[in-house]
Amino acid sequence: MTNSDEERARIVTIKGSTVEVRGLSSYRMGEITYVGEEKLIGEIIEIERNLATVQVYEPLEGLKINDPIYLTGKSISAELGPGLLSNIFDGIQRPLEQIKKTSSSSFIQKGIHINALNRDKKWLFEPNKKLTKGHLVKGGDVLGSVQETQTIKCNIIAPPKTNGELLSIQEKGEFQITDPIVELKGSDKSKKELTLMHEWPVRIARPFLKKIPVHEPLITGQRIIDMFFPIAKGGTAAIPGGFGTGKTILQHQLSKWSDADIVVYIGCGERGNEMTDVLREFPKLVDPHTQNPLMNRTLLIANVSNMPVAAREASIYMGITMAEFYRDQGFNVLLTADSTSRWAEALREIAGQLEEMPVEEGYPAYLGARLADFYERAGQVVTLGSPYREGSINITAAVSPPGGDFSEPVTANTKRFVKTFWGLDSNLANRKHFPSINWLYSYSGYINIIEEWALESGLEDWGRYRQEMFTILQKDDELQHIAELIGSKALPADEQLIILVADIIKEGFLQQNAYDKIDSFCPLEKQMKMMKLMLLFNNRAEILIKNGCPISLIIGLKSVQILKRMKEDVPNDNIVQMNKMEDYIHTEMEELGSKYGYRV
Amino acid sequence: MARITVKGVSEIRGPIIVIEGVSGIRMGEYLEVKLPNKPTRKGRVLAIEEERVIILLYQGTYEVEKDDIETEFFGRTMQLFVAEDMIGRVFNSLGEPLDGLPSIYSDEYRDINGSPINPTSRIYPRDYIETGISSIDLMNTLVRGQKLPIFTGAGLPNNRLIGQIVKQARIAETEDKEKFAIVFGAMGLTMDDYIYFQRLFEETGTLNKVVMFVNLASDSPAERLITPRVALTTAEYLAFDKDYHVLAILSDITNYCQALRAISVALETVPSRKGYPGYMYSDLASIYERAGIIEDSQGSITLIANLTMPNDDITHPIPDLTGYITEGQIILDRSLHYRGIYPPIDVLGSLSRLMKDGIGEGYTRKDHPSLSNQLYASYAEGLDKRRLAEVIGKKELNRRDQILHEFADIFEEDYVNQGDNYRTIEESLNLGWSLLSHLPETELTKVSTDLILEYIPNKGADSV
Ligand SMILES: Nc1ncnc2c1ncn2[C@@H]1O[C@H](COP(=O)(O)OP(=O)(O)OP(=O)(O)O)[C@@H](O)[C@H]1O
Ligand SMILES: [Mg+2]
Repeated sequence: MTNSDEERARIVTIKGSTVEVRGLSSYRMGEITYVGEEKLIGEIIEIERNLATVQVYEPLEGLKINDPIYLTGKSISAELGPGLLSNIFDGIQRPLEQIKKTSSSSFIQKGIHINALNRDKKWLFEPNKKLTKGHLVKGGDVLGSVQETQTIKCNIIAPPKTNGELLSIQEKGEFQITDPIVELKGSDKSKKELTLMHEWPVRIARPFLKKIPVHEPLITGQRIIDMFFPIAKGGTAAIPGGFGTGKTILQHQLSKWSDADIVVYIGCGERGNEMTDVLREFPKLVDPHTQNPLMNRTLLIANVSNMPVAAREASIYMGITMAEFYRDQGFNVLLTADSTSRWAEALREIAGQLEEMPVEEGYPAYLGARLADFYERAGQVVTLGSPYREGSINITAAVSPPGGDFSEPVTANTKRFVKTFWGLDSNLANRKHFPSINWLYSYSGYINIIEEWALESGLEDWGRYRQEMFTILQKDDELQHIAELIGSKALPADEQLIILVADIIKEGFLQQNAYDKIDSFCPLEKQMKMMKLMLLFNNRAEILIKNGCPISLIIGLKSVQILKRMKEDVPNDNIVQMNKMEDYIHTEMEELGSKYGYRV
Repeated sequence: MARITVKGVSEIRGPIIVIEGVSGIRMGEYLEVKLPNKPTRKGRVLAIEEERVIILLYQGTYEVEKDDIETEFFGRTMQLFVAEDMIGRVFNSLGEPLDGLPSIYSDEYRDINGSPINPTSRIYPRDYIETGISSIDLMNTLVRGQKLPIFTGAGLPNNRLIGQIVKQARIAETEDKEKFAIVFGAMGLTMDDYIYFQRLFEETGTLNKVVMFVNLASDSPAERLITPRVALTTAEYLAFDKDYHVLAILSDITNYCQALRAISVALETVPSRKGYPGYMYSDLASIYERAGIIEDSQGSITLIANLTMPNDDITHPIPDLTGYITEGQIILDRSLHYRGIYPPIDVLGSLSRLMKDGIGEGYTRKDHPSLSNQLYASYAEGLDKRRLAEVIGKKELNRRDQILHEFADIFEEDYVNQGDNYRTIEESLNLGWSLLSHLPETELTKVSTDLILEYIPNKGADSV
């Protein structure tokens, strides 16, 4: 790229969110360009002979034909280093708080260039004591650490392609993010400096040593997930559902309560107020696993629905790259994206501007491939470099099917690449049964792995409880169809009991109110205990029915109400009260039993 | 910015004209087209392909002659002069007076497309608005700064409901009534509906608080694309620069979307569902997302929009995409309407997403969240039982199912069906409890025993 090149390079077409450029002597796919006098940020996404198409991440109003274009020599990249956590960025990693301060406006203006990471802030760097002069430093090696937030110690790692002999490393001390902390000599004798940060092109997955099988669950504190449709650390899940079925709330719940080390939350083409809600609420919430403010481990990307659509397309890659950066430090990262449909629509819009051949509902043929690439970036890995580290990325992504129809292209393609499917049901949502995950058509591909884990972790009964509850729910579904025709009164007592117990499970177990102080998060021990009590009730009631006890007496038991309400009535750590309830249920059913010749 | 004037056009199709051989034109720029002996038309540059400039004319191309026109490019996007004086006035979509009074002159003008609000500058809306309507206040609470459409069907009384909201809703703080304004954007309204709204504002004494932007069914559809933008630009100015609490009313989104489709067809863009363009989600978001509250201002924009569901189909792209953007929806139900229930609000299908933080202790009353949850749950079950009774006959229901069935009936007849009466939130809450007293305590699993004791004392007494 020469100056004369820039003098000749001109915009020739302006359309939607793209411009076409002519006059450069060479073009590189993916290169970042500054467009027009305002230097709007763009990226080269198509090259056809001497014509390049640039997707522009800001509104194009005001651009003219023949306006200049500037090449940067860089691909669209993320800045990676301490200072990402607790922050909120737009789809191309501009820090929104900084934008607000710089522009002193409540609205996002065009042409603002701000680095993602604060250049002025000083960080206390502690060098890795094992590194001494002459040491061979390779990509992924831990150079030292920085306490990034109260909770998270950020490993400063050598960028993936590093290879050189250590000439010097800084002592413990305060450094700005661009200060050299390590000096290396490359094989070609050239000197190279490493800083606290590095950059990585977001469209390329960061390398790791190898993928390894997932082996433990992500504990979410959401009963229907942990007990029925669990997800492994490193696993993938889709959350499809029509509008108002609870995708966003579920993702907020996962971000709040999961036992991940780091949470990357991508608001991709959704509501501004939802991001404000997270910003307002998370700093006040305490991580139940570490007792630290949740914001300390959280990183947000907000490219809301009325922000430029091209930046929405980029936001997903920006998010996953930052997630990989923390994975490479050895953390378990939860990435949650709301909503991948908006991302796919951005893809569609840009494809339309390129006049690409649409296949289904206007989506380009490569929709499936792009989705596959994205989900492929999840997983449990052994990272590059030493010391040995394992890290993982979970992807849980909302899908917003038009009309709530799961056969549409984005849902159908996503289903091919995720192992867990939490299908939200608008019938359940309409009756305010939340989370509205439908237990009949949702699934988890991690059951076997987690069953093994449960056996080793003292939750021997997990698989059995789960199976028993499932059986009741499945039978209930069949009976509901019959009851719809003849009324439940006409069913035999044992079948009416199934309907009753299923009702207890639905209301007392599957429903979980995100806004209830106690029930928002439910620890595993309580989940198990709740299942135990419900199954106990079922078991005793079955015996009662066999001995001729009328179902109406069982329906009228106080135990029924207790079982339905214990999720909100019993504080999460109050095992004593749970035990008392168990006693109560025993006693009440024994009393009834004594009338019908049943004894424990 | 220098203006450029060009004579003649090279192509005309639908509302689109193409001008060739002109340079220096900007994307999105505003322009005026002079026709001999006819009023000037206004337009916007949609795309530029080398020498070809593609233009949307807001008043369409009918009677435009190929060589006889002169286009003046303004070198900037379309702007609207804004001033507090606009309150009480009536304009067309371009901001030109329709009330015979002079144009607005002001030092202040705004780009009608606005800019996205920085999410870090938003204030999360929490102040509930009492509308006096139980199905809204108790079950789907409206919050100041919320965007909430009304999904209606042809012939349903949505305008009457909006009328009630305009009449009753306390959007401004009571102590500062002066800082309240309504911005009304009429998009493709029939004359009848337009007159209804005019009367409504007259009768409610709000005429001097309303700014109206009017595009009637007989007006140009292309112009309809700017009506909501002009209205919201005015709303933003009043709310965020002048600290007004603004109630923005847009009617009807469906007419807007049909105009959007017509233009996209003329531009030959790849359609997605039902011929609507793939960018309709983003386009609608650029309207709805302008509602809200921001730091550095005392004002707010609460947005209520009429949306007629084609064939009552909620999965149609217009209500569907809207539901994905707005903070809930109020749905009107035809069968309730036929049964003479007013307002015919489908309580279960409706949703207010901002309700959670606007209700409860310190906001409405402490029992509000669990009371409304209980009402939803029991009503939903009651509806199931009603459906069952339709199959097997009411007599075949067991005792419990009968009680729930009856509960659904009285919920609709006594609670939803409140007519034009005003109920304070207090009254709505208490009425809710008195409905619950029809149910046995075993059904009340969403409300705590303490609340039952407090609000249905005689019920609490006979339980242990
Ligand atoms: N776990 C829950 N507990 C209580 N209420 C819930 C829960 N999940 C969802 N809701 C209710 O459902 C509403 C809609 O949920 P949410 O905003 O998550 O829907 P969504 O699927 O993201 O919709 P959209 O696609 O339009 O964004 C919430 O505002 C809330 O009232
Ligand atoms: Mg959502």
